[in-house]
Amino acid sequence: MNKEEILEKIQSIFRSILDNDDLIIDYKTTSNDIEEWDSLTHIQLIVAIEKTFQIKFTSKEIHEWKDVEEMIESMKQKL
Amino acid sequence: MINYFSDFSALRKNLKSDIRNFPVIKVALVSDAATQFLKTGIKGVGIERGFNIDLFEADFNQVERQLLDLNSELFQYNPEFIIIFQSAHKLLNKYNSISEVNKSNLAIKRIEFLESACKNLNSKVIILNYPEIDDGIFGSYHSKLQHSFLYQIRMLNFELMKLSQLYSNLYICDISSIQNIIGSEKMFDSSVYVTTEMVFSIESIPIISSRILDIISAIKGKFKKCIILDLDNTLWGGIIGDDGIENIQLGHEIGIGKAFTEFQCWIKKLKNRGIIIAICSKNNEETAKEPFLNHPDMILRLEDISVFIANWENKADNIRVIQSILNIGFDSMVFIDDNPFERKIVRDIIPEITVPEMPDDPAEYLETLYGLNLFETSSISNADSIRTEQYQIESKRLLLSKQFTNEIDFLYSLEMKCTVLPFNTFNIPRVAQLSQRSNQFNLRTVRYSEGDIENISSNINYQGFSFTLEDNLGGHGLICCVILEKKDTDVLFIDNWFMSCRVLKRTMEVFTLNTIIDYANQNGFSLIRGEYIPTAKNEIVANLFDSLGFVRVSNGEKQLFELDVKNHTKKETCIKIKHI
Repeated sequence: MNKEEILEKIQSIFRSILDNDDLIIDYKTTSNDIEEWDSLTHIQLIVAIEKTFQIKFTSKEIHEWKDVEEMIESMKQKL
Repeated sequence: MINYFSDFSALRKNLKSDIRNFPVIKVALVSDAATQFLKTGIKGVGIERGFNIDLFEADFNQVERQLLDLNSELFQYNPEFIIIFQSAHKLLNKYNSISEVNKSNLAIKRIEFLESACKNLNSKVIILNYPEIDDGIFGSYHSKLQHSFLYQIRMLNFELMKLSQLYSNLYICDISSIQNIIGSEKMFDSSVYVTTEMVFSIESIPIISSRILDIISAIKGKFKKCIILDLDNTLWGGIIGDDGIENIQLGHEIGIGKAFTEFQCWIKKLKNRGIIIAICSKNNEETAKEPFLNHPDMILRLEDISVFIANWENKADNIRVIQSILNIGFDSMVFIDDNPFERKIVRDIIPEITVPEMPDDPAEYLETLYGLNLFETSSISNADSIRTEQYQIESKRLLLSKQFTNEIDFLYSLEMKCTVLPFNTFNIPRVAQLSQRSNQFNLRTVRYSEGDIENISSNINYQGFSFTLEDNLGGHGLICCVILEKKDTDVLFIDNWFMSCRVLKRTMEVFTLNTIIDYANQNGFSLIRGEYIPTAKNEIVANLFDSLGFVRVSNGEKQLFELDVKNHTKKETCIKIKHI
């Protein structure tokens, strides 16, 4: 799965967890850009992504992502 | 097991539904862990159960202050329920930081704290117990060492159970047993724990919240009273009509018979606890009853069954018949059937009834049912164990009544006698239980815990009466209560009046009112005031006060009724008072 495909898939996860059907994310999106993306929804996003892609992030990864692109990079290594 | 519960995102979506008509319950959540997800879970499951949970979340990590300081925000909020959740991980942190001697006293110190909290609180307290963590320091040798963590956590869970026996307002929510079912890997999410202060995984929130709501619902009068069972491939393996009595699978010798025998043992334990057992099967009645009479490995016998229906009608119709005989709500019934088609029909036609998805393999029936915790209760009384017999006697009475053309003659022929007693240590558990179980004949639907009834019995401003009825076919047990509040020297207010529907149409209402009037006369009260608060279920008493001769004095928001004691002529009752 390439980066584009991953982005497209996680966008729908973001929309459902953050409860915003019009939400559009790109590689440079950070939690500062989205009102609903706080520490709580962050955990829900991670759990939903782990479940959908059948992967597991380490706590270090969860802590260190600066934007969506870095998140996708750690996903790519596991897929 | 987790799949049997709604997932977290569904619970979160529930919070957006319109619940303005749901009854509000004030609940406080006090924890030393972060509880945002648990809060969502409790509110979300609350909505599934028909409650609007108004949840006060105490500031994080203030358990001691909130519970011991009588001026804390918690006391100001004055919740009906307080949920105390101190996590096993925080307990381990504490354990790590103290001396060996103090490690040995960790559980006792925690219990002392919780006991002093229970003494302070008038609310009902739900304490989540401690899922076990084995830190592996001593290996299996931990059992010999009182200061090992596992020793302390097990002791704590055991002492919590003992504490709940001492305090009637204390309930333990056994999340440790949830961890036994789903495993600590599913219960606890290390990466979430390390990055936040939350200890439960998102996946486990629904089952934990559900277990908490089971306790709240039971206290609020929503619990299961009856289990309706299919026969073929549910109570035994095979089809009795095709295979015959010698070939059905049952007992330890034949095929998977053991699974069905153990399932029946479970049903028998429920019956002994007071759950009503009914049968609903597509069979000829005679064929269906044969194993109950003649199969050596049947655990359940006909005397265990309150209502037995075997015919070729649709099961939803048959369940309606069962409901009309037992006179309890559909929402207090569980229907067990191995056939997905039957389950779907029943669920579609009677949505209030609980119909668990059963696993394909009968060997898994029990583990599934254990995990669903369908039979929560908030009280157990002696009346429970004889309930089946009472329903069987009830069907005899029904037969007898058909021999009389005049109903009054029939009632006199029963030679009913009633014992009237104030509340005492022997009847308090049953009084509290009846207040929780009665939904139909319940004028104000106030639910009382055992602690509430104890308080009422020692408060001079209140007078309670319990009524125990018997007739020449047998005893009905304690079937009716009234709680009177002395408003002033003239006015007696009926704080609540509730009665078991088993004794409807026996002139028991008249007998009860006459008892209230005698009490009023002897104690100088000239006016008896009553109130009817309508609920979805107590329509049958909407006109009770009118029919007994009360005058309606207010028809607006509150439905109030009054009876002038001096000018009232007592109505006829077929029940005599029994003096003891």
